[in-house]
Amino acid sequence: MHHVVLERWSRGTSIMHRRDPRAKIMVLLVFLVVVATTPAALAPYPLLGYAALPICAILAGRLPVAGVLARASLVLPFCAAFAATTVLAGETGRAVALVAKSYLSAPAALAIAGTTPVPRFLQGMEALGSPRFLLWVIHFLHRYLFVISEQAQHMRMAAASRGSAAGARFRRWRLRAATGALAVLFAKSYSRAEAAYRAMLARGFRGRLELVEPLSLNWGDYSLMVLGVTAPLAFRYALEMLA
Amino acid sequence: MSAPVVEVNGLRYRYPDGTLALDGVDFSLAAGETVAVFGPNGSGKTTFVLHLNGLLEGEGRVHVCGMAVGKDTLQSIRSKVGLVFQDPDEQLFMPTVLEDVAFGLLNAGFGAEEALTKARHFLGLAGMGQAGWKAPYHLSEGEKRRVAIAGVLAMDPEILVLDEPATFLDPHGRRELLTLLAALPQAKIVVTHNTMFAEALAGRAVFFEKGKIVADGRPAELLRWFGWAPVRSSRGPAAPLAVPTNR
Repeated sequence: MHHVVLERWSRGTSIMHRRDPRAKIMVLLVFLVVVATTPAALAPYPLLGYAALPICAILAGRLPVAGVLARASLVLPFCAAFAATTVLAGETGRAVALVAKSYLSAPAALAIAGTTPVPRFLQGMEALGSPRFLLWVIHFLHRYLFVISEQAQHMRMAAASRGSAAGARFRRWRLRAATGALAVLFAKSYSRAEAAYRAMLARGFRGRLELVEPLSLNWGDYSLMVLGVTAPLAFRYALEMLA
Repeated sequence: MSAPVVEVNGLRYRYPDGTLALDGVDFSLAAGETVAVFGPNGSGKTTFVLHLNGLLEGEGRVHVCGMAVGKDTLQSIRSKVGLVFQDPDEQLFMPTVLEDVAFGLLNAGFGAEEALTKARHFLGLAGMGQAGWKAPYHLSEGEKRRVAIAGVLAMDPEILVLDEPATFLDPHGRRELLTLLAALPQAKIVVTHNTMFAEALAGRAVFFEKGKIVADGRPAELLRWFGWAPVRSSRGPAAPLAVPTNR
């Protein structure tokens, strides 16, 4: 599963891993906004210049470049649908820009996700003012994705052991069974969420996630912010000057 | 006998769907005592233990270490009652084992360094010292159980409540868990269907039926009375669980 890989990557010790999550999130946000607001008239090929920043982050984080780029391609099917609509409207350049911008954003996000363990990422988000409730939802979603996928696997095996894969003529019946299984899985997930919350309360949880490493910004984090914010802005400015 | 650390009188609890789960439970637990809680599925055992650290609030009187369980005392009560849940997956919610064991300590106000040191110590005590940076989903069910127990022990509770602790454990794992629990000085309430485990660990047992405690006595007597005694093989008696207990 993709989040298993990200989880493993995020436990590294590179210079990027050691940066404060707030600095990384700030840089990522600026990068995404700059890329997204670059006019389509400047795109698509000059947009590739932006790729230098995520590539540098991936290298500094000692993440596998090919692995990150391959995983980033997961966004393509989603943006392809919008791009196809844009092509049909006769705006091929805009469609290419849309795909390029979407694809560029993905490795940038992966470079941050791959160098920041989820609890630290959430701590950084909280420090930057994100709603705590939303962050807890993300935390639980991440943690229990494994448990839920395991449960789904067990249910699939249980269904298979009772002959659910017995030929195409049962396809409609299998679809009904799968829908039912999905409902059961949802109900189970809900009850597990309640139980997990009870377990947290039982150990003195008071609505705030305390982590073993408190956040602290140092010169490395400030350098990252200065570099990470000025580089895409400078590139965007240069593009507009050259246009 | 020393003063009770848990005292429950007339506890009643009805779930929101109307099911009466507890119907006038009276119970007491002395310091250092180990009590097994038996009863058929749905008889109210888990509902009962959830009241002991205020996770559920019913009618009646629940006192823990001399404090009435209520909103004002919840934090103190929860630091005194360590609850190990039936399904360890529900208890291990942090990304790594070490962070999970440190979770309760950080909530209790320990500094990060101290919390980590204590967490490492209790992981070692539970035989999971090498698993600190593993993700919980990489552990076997037995290992998860041990980590869950370490997480609770790290908070240094005065009362340990274990809901089906022997579930998912193989015989070797059960024996190790017995040895670990028997060596702990805390008062313990063990909800279990595993009769041999209970007999080896507890000096006293209570039997739940339809939300009430219907019997209180020595585990072996209760098991015989309710027909729960383990069936012995015709090929010979089951191996005894020779584990020291603190009763």
